[in-house]
Amino acid sequence: MAVTVETHATLIDAARALGSSGATYLGGGTVVMRGINAGEVQGRIVRSADPALRQVGLSGDTIRIGAGVTMAQIAAHRELAFLHPVARAVGGPQVREMATVGGNLFAPHPYGDFAVALLALGARAVPATGGGALPLEDLLRDRRRGGLVAAVEVPRPRDPRAFGWLKVSRVKPKGVSVLSIAACLPRETGRIRGARVAFGAMGPSPMRSAAVERVLEGQSLDAATIARAAQVAAEGLEPPTDSIASSWYRREVAGVHLRRLLEGMA
Amino acid sequence: MTMKPVTFTLNGATKAAFTTDGQNLLDFLRRGVGDLSPKYGCGQGTCGSCTVLVDGAPQLACLVLAETVEGKRVETAAGLAAGARLHPLQEAFMDRFAAQCGYCTPGMLMAAKALLERNPRPTRDEVIEAIGGNICRCTGYEPIIAAILDVSQGRVRA
Ligand SMILES: Cc1cc2nc3c(=O)[nH]c(=O)nc-3n(C[C@H](O)[C@H](O)[C@H](O)COP(=O)(O)OP(=O)(O)OC[C@H]3O[C@@H](n4cnc5c(N)ncnc54)[C@H](O)[C@@H]3O)c2cc1C
Ligand code: FES
Ligand code: FES
Repeated sequence: MAVTVETHATLIDAARALGSSGATYLGGGTVVMRGINAGEVQGRIVRSADPALRQVGLSGDTIRIGAGVTMAQIAAHRELAFLHPVARAVGGPQVREMATVGGNLFAPHPYGDFAVALLALGARAVPATGGGALPLEDLLRDRRRGGLVAAVEVPRPRDPRAFGWLKVSRVKPKGVSVLSIAACLPRETGRIRGARVAFGAMGPSPMRSAAVERVLEGQSLDAATIARAAQVAAEGLEPPTDSIASSWYRREVAGVHLRRLLEGMA
Repeated sequence: MTMKPVTFTLNGATKAAFTTDGQNLLDFLRRGVGDLSPKYGCGQGTCGSCTVLVDGAPQLACLVLAETVEGKRVETAAGLAAGARLHPLQEAFMDRFAAQCGYCTPGMLMAAKALLERNPRPTRDEVIEAIGGNICRCTGYEPIIAAILDVSQGRVRA
């Protein structure tokens, strides 16, 4: 087994050790260990035992979730109730004890269900090397250049009913995604202001749907608006074909599931 | 190959053994420590047969880096019985014919133990959820669910 493992006390040390060396960062390991077991991941493995990685902090309307926080931790955190259904949709119980928020941002297709929700919520990624937080869409656009993430900052939706989430899988409850959808639709006097809709497993990484957001913005969530949104659901997305579903199938059903989600939020 | 010493407790007893770089906990327990109760099914996190408890939480030993259990508490199915007396879950699995080939059984038992420690009176749906990460190719799951409910509802002699 041609790997060496280095453990660093602080995240900043781990970030320095990673540099641009091509080493692999190990979070919860649910993806990386698989690669090591199969001999596909080799070379230097960098990890950190920094306790800050596992912290959840609340300040005003922003929640800071350490990159090493697990899905099980999220699902047990009282202040994070709006994220419980999302965390519970990631793998089985054992996977959730290990799978981290940071790892979910970088997990390859069809994974990344939690990242889909974070994207719709307008979360930002805090780089371990310091500097300003980065909108998640920028990070997800080119994950190879992402660098080590220390935490995500999540704006807490003012009205929890403004956030909706849906995961479609063949094996329930823990199968991987045919697709997942998250929507953040804050309303002012009945009209949607600042619509954000994100899809998982509908592209190489979680993606926002500009077409759906355009249809929803400024509208009330009535039957006609929902029908128009469903019609453009797959526009601009590039769903891959894999063992779960074909690209064609994902395109066909995206509108159906989007409609169900929006009807539930109306 | 670097050898790293790891000290941890296994089923209550302190153990010290060497792990190699990149070795997973399943391989370490089976080959390094000699606990053969966690089973190797897939090595990629999908079957659950390697489930052990790390500090009380159910984890997939095939995806845990062995050196990360330093100072932690690991529990496996080998530690369930108290001497000759079986754990109530083991009794119930026997009574209900919840083990056939038995390959999934140690992982199922540990997933069930984790559930009952957190939630001693689970509903049937909560039992199904708790073993949702463990694949069984023989029993059809119903006997396993019944056995776990027997223990939680106090129907097991032990
Ligand atoms: C059986 C099974 C079922 C699964 N089901 C689902 C599912 O339903 N939905 C889903 O979304 N995922 C699923 N996964 C995939 C995976 O468990 C999750 O996506 C998880 O959140 C990944 O986190 P991790 O900490 O385990 O990642 P790791 O394996 O540690 O890392 C994954 C990638 O992220 C990088 N990384 C990790 N942390 C950071 C960080 N802080 N900064 C920068 N890069 C980082 C790593 O270098 C690596 O490239 C499943 C996995 C398994 C084995
Ligand atoms: S061997 Fe670990 S999950 Fe299959
Ligand atoms: S008893 Fe054979 S796999 Fe479960």
